[in-house]
Amino acid sequence: MAKAVANKIAPTLVERRPVLAGQELSVTGVTLAVLPTAQRISLRAPDASVAALSKALGVTLPRKPKTSTAKAGRTALWLGPDEWLVIDEAGKDPLADCAELTVLHSAVGISHRNVAISVIGPAAAATINSGCPQDLSLDAFPVGAASRTILGKVEIVLLRTATDAFRVECWRSFSDYVFTFLSEAAGDAAA
Amino acid sequence: MLLIRCPYCEEERPELEFRNAGEAHIARSADMAATSDDDFEKFFFIRSNPKGIIYERWRHMHGCARFFNAVRDTVSDRFLLTYKAGEPKPAKLPGAAE
Repeated sequence: MAKAVANKIAPTLVERRPVLAGQELSVTGVTLAVLPTAQRISLRAPDASVAALSKALGVTLPRKPKTSTAKAGRTALWLGPDEWLVIDEAGKDPLADCAELTVLHSAVGISHRNVAISVIGPAAAATINSGCPQDLSLDAFPVGAASRTILGKVEIVLLRTATDAFRVECWRSFSDYVFTFLSEAAGDAAA
Repeated sequence: MLLIRCPYCEEERPELEFRNAGEAHIARSADMAATSDDDFEKFFFIRSNPKGIIYERWRHMHGCARFFNAVRDTVSDRFLLTYKAGEPKPAKLPGAAE
């Protein structure tokens, strides 16, 4: 007990208030929810560094377009030929895992930059498709598929987590727009 | 909506994800200081603006974010071919014989 007290960090003056925290919306066929905060990095690296980075992160960085890989609460999304978004929901900062590496790479912590919204239900694809022009059928966008794309007027990163579930990652300042857009769309998709 | 094939994503994607980035295959002089004003004007300002086949740079802005080159018909707005940045101008276009 004494040790725990000794390790206690001094109370911070700044309280973290995640935007839209805990907001939810449930209509027939779709449920929207703002997901809890997660650790994220934007990772860029040449081919030669991919193996070492995969080992350090504990998740194999995908090499095929529009794919993602996941292991132990950590997901790596292919965004471009040398660009990945790594999301950790288990509370371990992937930035720290890259810090010791000497291979050429650029890892930027963007945990606070993004907000994730889950869209779940039989009408999830229809909801997202009201603002996203990509083909979201299971043939073209199977479970695990991930892509940077657009929703309405803003850029999002879309990940299909299950046949009827998506994770929408958007920038923090756009999150109000995205959540409102999806809420309106959910009503239409359910109708 | 147009579907444009991104050579990096290896599939056709909706045009909203793309941005045009001007004419392709315009090489910058290696020795810009020695370039005459007339040559610089041609390099910097003068574009071919053809009616028909044009070679353009496009960027998959809201996708993989990569620049690539595309061959487009300015009359029909049809994309004949897309290829990665840095690759030479294709010698033969699909359907060119027609």
